[in-house]
Amino acid sequence: MLTALHEKRRFQLILGFLAGIGFGFLLQKAGVAYYHVIINQLLLRDFTVVKVMLTAVVTGMIGVHLLVALGLAQFHPKPGTLGKTIIGALIFGIGFGTLGYCPGTVVAAVGHGALDALFGGVLGMLLGAAAFAVLFPALQSGILQKGDFGDVTLPRLLKVNPWVVVLLLSVAIIGLLYWIEKAGL
Amino acid sequence: MDIFTAARWSPYAAGIGIGVLSWLTFLLSDKPLGCSTAFARSAGLIERLFRGRKAEERPYYQEVKPHIDWGWMLVCGILVGAVGSALLSGEFQWAWVPAMWASEAGTGSLARWLVALVGGFFIGFGARWAGGCTSGHGISGTLQLTVSSWIATICFFLGGIAAAMFIYHVILGRGA
Repeated sequence: MLTALHEKRRFQLILGFLAGIGFGFLLQKAGVAYYHVIINQLLLRDFTVVKVMLTAVVTGMIGVHLLVALGLAQFHPKPGTLGKTIIGALIFGIGFGTLGYCPGTVVAAVGHGALDALFGGVLGMLLGAAAFAVLFPALQSGILQKGDFGDVTLPRLLKVNPWVVVLLLSVAIIGLLYWIEKAGL
Repeated sequence: MDIFTAARWSPYAAGIGIGVLSWLTFLLSDKPLGCSTAFARSAGLIERLFRGRKAEERPYYQEVKPHIDWGWMLVCGILVGAVGSALLSGEFQWAWVPAMWASEAGTGSLARWLVALVGGFFIGFGARWAGGCTSGHGISGTLQLTVSSWIATICFFLGGIAAAMFIYHVILGRGA
């Protein structure tokens, strides 16, 4: 791993900024920074968001697993519990369908001039994050701990070589995307 | 240069681009792409402006330190990259109300602002509860084959589909 590079704190801030420029540019060009594209996905009329995400997942999955196999990167799996992952994600989802942007695309939407994204979305997200920080001590000792399953990955859960999952999932996702195109969605 | 001035790229081209970008962030920065933590850090930074160091005593801000880090700069970069893309394609336009909302729910900006504010609140709250968002769990977590991220991503879409269908099919009473 490029540990010496990872430890250059100032330079990493610049790399983060550059990665963000690339990410924002791609989100805007993909169309997923637009309210109607996200809402039409959630109304199951236009599958642009799913196409972008699944293509990114297949591409990223193959490359990152290769980098890890070559000793050039390490995984950062997020731990989960049923109370944390399912309930939190459903709350997020309700907001996602109500706002029509997510935390990355809301910023990209501001980038093409969407003022509802800035004064509604970004402000709401800051308030929501602040409210969570206030309630965190009470939640942490209760619901966030319920049903802990840790940072397990699919290969460890299924007790198979990671490349088996990478290969099968790639085939499944490409097949699904092919079917979505065939269906004209 | 046509590709830079095009309003839209194929979703597959953009998706491959985001996948390659994730290789680079893992390799060069030892970081997965993710956006929602930056909102929590910003909330902490703003609270610190008003309450000073006392804000940092909150247990949550001991875990998610209110400071400017790689992920915070990533979110700043998203704004710059999106502005650049929109200006190059001539798509940049100030608007209070998205066109789809205007045609189905009316052009009133106060109603849209309130709905967006409530939606944003749920997202900010839920992303911190679940420990990630559509990028941190939805792209970076799933590509690492993390079980929590696959569950979270499915639930993001289940909640999102339910809310969008409720708003457009029940409240506004139109749609497919």
